[in-house]
Amino acid sequence: MKKNWWKILTVLLLVFTVVAGMLSEVPRLAILNETIRNLYFHVPMWFGMILILLVSVAYSILYLRKPSVERDIYAHEAAKVGILFGVLGIVTGMEWAKFTWGEYWSNDPKQNGAAIGLLIYFAYLVLRSSFAEQQQRARISAVYNIFAFAALIPLLFILPRLTDSLHPGNGGNPGFNAYDLDSSLRLVFYPAVLGWTLLGFWIVNIKSRLEIIRHRLYENA
Amino acid sequence: MTVALLLRDADCSQLTLLSQPFVSYLCGKISELLFKEVIYLMQKDFLLEWRQKYAFNGMLLYVSSTVFVCYLSFGLRSNVLQVPVWNAVFWIILLFTSVNAIAKSFMQENRGRLLYFYTIVSPQGIILAKIVYNACLMLVLALICFVFYAFVLGNPVQDVPMFLLSILLGAIGFSTSLTMISGIASKAANSSTLMAVLSFPVIVPMLLMLIKMSKNALDGLDRGASLDELLTLLAINMIVVTVSYILFPYLWRS
Repeated sequence: MKKNWWKILTVLLLVFTVVAGMLSEVPRLAILNETIRNLYFHVPMWFGMILILLVSVAYSILYLRKPSVERDIYAHEAAKVGILFGVLGIVTGMEWAKFTWGEYWSNDPKQNGAAIGLLIYFAYLVLRSSFAEQQQRARISAVYNIFAFAALIPLLFILPRLTDSLHPGNGGNPGFNAYDLDSSLRLVFYPAVLGWTLLGFWIVNIKSRLEIIRHRLYENA
Repeated sequence: MTVALLLRDADCSQLTLLSQPFVSYLCGKISELLFKEVIYLMQKDFLLEWRQKYAFNGMLLYVSSTVFVCYLSFGLRSNVLQVPVWNAVFWIILLFTSVNAIAKSFMQENRGRLLYFYTIVSPQGIILAKIVYNACLMLVLALICFVFYAFVLGNPVQDVPMFLLSILLGAIGFSTSLTMISGIASKAANSSTLMAVLSFPVIVPMLLMLIKMSKNALDGLDRGASLDELLTLLAINMIVVTVSYILFPYLWRS
């Protein structure tokens, strides 16, 4: 029980996010209308993705310092969950863009950057699957993981700021801070970020443990 | 070769016990040795290229036939290409040329030679030498491509020095990111497919900057307008070279 308090916290936070996110008061704004509630579901996906990919890169660095099967499995599973969050982020973003920008995909730099970022990590999965030997696969995909993350940073954080974008918070468009006069958005937003990110870590944790057990089974069989 | 042997065994980070001035002297000495090693390795690469001219000639033929195919497929309708199309096609030709040219930088070396290098030189020397060598190769190919392309499809460039600068940055940028990727891909089984899959997402940010910068040069805009792109390109290059420098030893070990 002592070790699992954060799992209970995750469930409580997510229940709070869904209930409060759907029912609470939000600022009435033209065009945005009720879609502003997407702030609680779309934005946390990207926070979660970046944090989980950071964990994946950290395990890759640890692997290169001192190789072990567990570290490789953690890096791989974290990258997969990061991809899941990225796909969900793109889907929720496209749904939102349909109602506010008029198109699912409007060739916005932010959208393109996210798509290329996902391509990088799909390439990581392809690279992993093209090695038969475990140690070589682990080392070379760790090298690519670190290299790709270094290439991802300018893509996500520098390029969108140099170009005009329709996305809130870019190209002179206000982010949500401008509408959030009485901090009611923040009251749900921060728990949402924490809840979704913890959910991601929970998934990584369970899947990695499963993979490690499976690995041991194969070794002993 | 004693130079290289010395270098392989000496590592700055392990000398913490020694006194500070001596360490800095030693590190200076080592970077000098690394520099020499890079020069030797590059000489070897140039010599190899000179002896086996078929590879370089093959790339030249690849560039010129691609340009000619573009000319034929566009020329049937009208003789004048729109400026954005001209620019985009030019960079796409260069992208594919560089992926093909750099892909062979690790695949062409046979196992025995790689093992020989492994025993006598440091991995950092190898990756730096390969990056510089590929940058030179790409620069030559890109310049020839530009001359031929401008000759065949017309030359709408208004600010030629700026356009040449963007070609130079493109050659350096392609070689920095593709050299490391080709090292990774050469370890895998289906390396030529993997090369394309791994490199395109990584190179896209660079390509976008390059296209924008060369578009400014094509339109003859004020040079200050391209400063943002120029600095970003340099910064991305720095990141990529640093990461390659740190990571290549791990790749090299296998």
